[in-house]
Amino acid sequence: MLKIMESYGNDPQQLIAVLLDIQEASGKNVVEQKWSILASKVLEVPLSKIYDCLTFYAMFSTTPRGRHVIEICQSTPCHFNEAEQVVGWFETALGVKVGCTTDDGVFTLFRTSCVGACDVGPVAKIGDDVFGSLTLDKVNTLVQSYRDGQPKLREALICQN
Amino acid sequence: MSHHKPDPSKSVNLTIDGLPVTVPEGTTILEAARKVGIYIPVLCDHPDLHKRAVCRICVVECDGGGKLKAACANDVWEGVKVVTNSPKIQAIRKTIVELILADHPQDCLTCIRNQKCELQALAIQFGLKELTFPKSDVVSAPNIDTNTLVRDMAKCVKCGRCVDVCQEVQAVRAINTAHRSVHYEVTTPYDQQLIEGPCVYCGQCAAVCPVGAIYENDQTDKVWKAIDDPARHVVVQTAPAVRVALGDEFGLPKGAVTTGKMATALRRLGFTKVFDTDWSADVTILEEGNELLHRLTNGGKLPMITSCSPGWINFCEVFYPDLLDHLSTCKSPQQMFGALVKTYYPKISGVDPASITSVSIMPCTAKKFEAQRPEMNDSGYQDVDVVLTTRELARMIKLAGLDFENLPESDFDRLMGDSTGAAVIFGTSGGVMEAALRTVYEVVTKEPLAPLDLEAVRGHQGLKTVEVDLKGTKVKVVVANGLANARHVMDEIRAGKCDATFIESMCCPGGCVGGGGQPYGNSQIKLQRKDGLYEADKALPIRKSHENPEVQELYKNYLGAPLGEKSHHLLHTHYSTEGKNHWAKTGH
Repeated sequence: MLKIMESYGNDPQQLIAVLLDIQEASGKNVVEQKWSILASKVLEVPLSKIYDCLTFYAMFSTTPRGRHVIEICQSTPCHFNEAEQVVGWFETALGVKVGCTTDDGVFTLFRTSCVGACDVGPVAKIGDDVFGSLTLDKVNTLVQSYRDGQPKLREALICQN
Repeated sequence: MSHHKPDPSKSVNLTIDGLPVTVPEGTTILEAARKVGIYIPVLCDHPDLHKRAVCRICVVECDGGGKLKAACANDVWEGVKVVTNSPKIQAIRKTIVELILADHPQDCLTCIRNQKCELQALAIQFGLKELTFPKSDVVSAPNIDTNTLVRDMAKCVKCGRCVDVCQEVQAVRAINTAHRSVHYEVTTPYDQQLIEGPCVYCGQCAAVCPVGAIYENDQTDKVWKAIDDPARHVVVQTAPAVRVALGDEFGLPKGAVTTGKMATALRRLGFTKVFDTDWSADVTILEEGNELLHRLTNGGKLPMITSCSPGWINFCEVFYPDLLDHLSTCKSPQQMFGALVKTYYPKISGVDPASITSVSIMPCTAKKFEAQRPEMNDSGYQDVDVVLTTRELARMIKLAGLDFENLPESDFDRLMGDSTGAAVIFGTSGGVMEAALRTVYEVVTKEPLAPLDLEAVRGHQGLKTVEVDLKGTKVKVVVANGLANARHVMDEIRAGKCDATFIESMCCPGGCVGGGGQPYGNSQIKLQRKDGLYEADKALPIRKSHENPEVQELYKNYLGAPLGEKSHHLLHTHYSTEGKNHWAKTGH
């Protein structure tokens, strides 16, 4: 974690970038309290400001999440394209309900607002990648790809824009 | 409307509700309206804080249409026609208040801010009779921290005043906003207790809170119980800044000096002995002045910094633990009094110290914390048992039905009741410095300081630097007002760039007149209280601490000399990070 901060020159202006990297390195998709305290000391940013930042941005979490966060769009176009059915497919494939993390700590399932890929709804965002026109097969392939660490399986499914 | 820096030498002409007004460029619509006698309602706005414009109560129409503008945060421009009162504006403001109330506990009758609440005042102003939205089912949920401050965030209206004062004015940064949308709130990081974070208990958050969301932990019950108990010998001391603020609560002019009425009120409330913290402020000057001279002649740690302000002590412990040896070892006047009232007073009066309940009336919430510190038991008991703020004393006086305004004046009780002009000015920024110099100058030069009024250290500027000539020895002194300014000085000391000899540092902006336990006000009112203190100083026959006859008696009959063995034991201490030790472990 100290190396992450050093790589940004311990610059308080880079707080968000630092926190994102810390979250990435956590293995649990979380910025734990001990790391924000450390960041507060090293970057000389008040802890109250770090906490404000962590709780304001939806991309941060102060509680552990799966290594891969699956977010299913629930905005209007996706909704009309049966996004709720997609939620059901993921719930079945993962064996957890929306809002929960799988026992192996690999996935957390959420709903999200529009990710700007309405043309290919229903859409899910996993990490930084967006997947559109989802079907049951695609959902199962995605889950397998992330679970088994086979990025090739999903390459063709990633939305390019 | 322009984005250039306003030039106050230029005039702007506009009309407000048809009334022509000319104001300097950079004046807000709110301020311009006040010039023509129109008070636009506000909730989040506070004259001493940054503009946040979050509540939107102050919206006005400009040039007959378009978006409504927040009067608190928009400057006037040439020719603008402002409307502050129309059916549309009335309806919008009313809706805003109703929406706030829809998420606010409806327990005004039992709220500590009943009749002193800015939200309640708006509800009255807008004549709310029935609420459009369902009645709030939010219930009050007070969180009491170390018997000092209470946070009842169910009542928070999210105006952000407390955040601004904590983050910017005091630079403590204990509380902040967190989360978003309906979960948006004011809180500490990870919802920790204040004791776990950097909070110094200055109570400035409570002083600016418009509602009952942050307030002092009221301990008047404890005092009533002690007074009612015939086995207790209840003794009270009153801080300098209380006497010029207490009158606010009873409709007296701001800054009115109410020393005599206050003494009478305390007696009528049932205190057995009514003493004065001013007396121990004079003791503080003798100890601290001699400590400074001792450090000067023995190569001690310089600059020496005053230690009367408990919020300031907490601040040093949290943020500058490496510089604690710059602090004077003197306890605050409250704690010197506490140690002496359970040792010196029993010795002279024969009262059993175990039977004494020692109460103090303070402008300060941090004093509540200070009295509970483990260092403050040198008399063999807790030196000060209960600390009440000025607001709490006012509540006791009201409960007892005393007609404060028409009370006759009386004097403090003898032995620990005499005070000097030097002591009374402790209550304002610059006062301790002036009081110390009046004594130090005379000790060093064997001549009285002339003139006694040290205008250069007076006033509520952020930092004052003055060079004092002790007949050949030039001494640079600094007065830091409020913690953000103190932080600046401490950073200089840490960097080895501070060449001052003596520094006065007061936690609250304005000093104790602006304490977190004072009747609600703003910097204008603090200045009036300051004037009241200097007026009281001028009116006192003795204006130098070392000439206080009862202090001279104390040294003759009990302590010996300043910095002597007894003084060392009772009146001095060493601060460590213990008081706020949790914080040292948890973060910045």
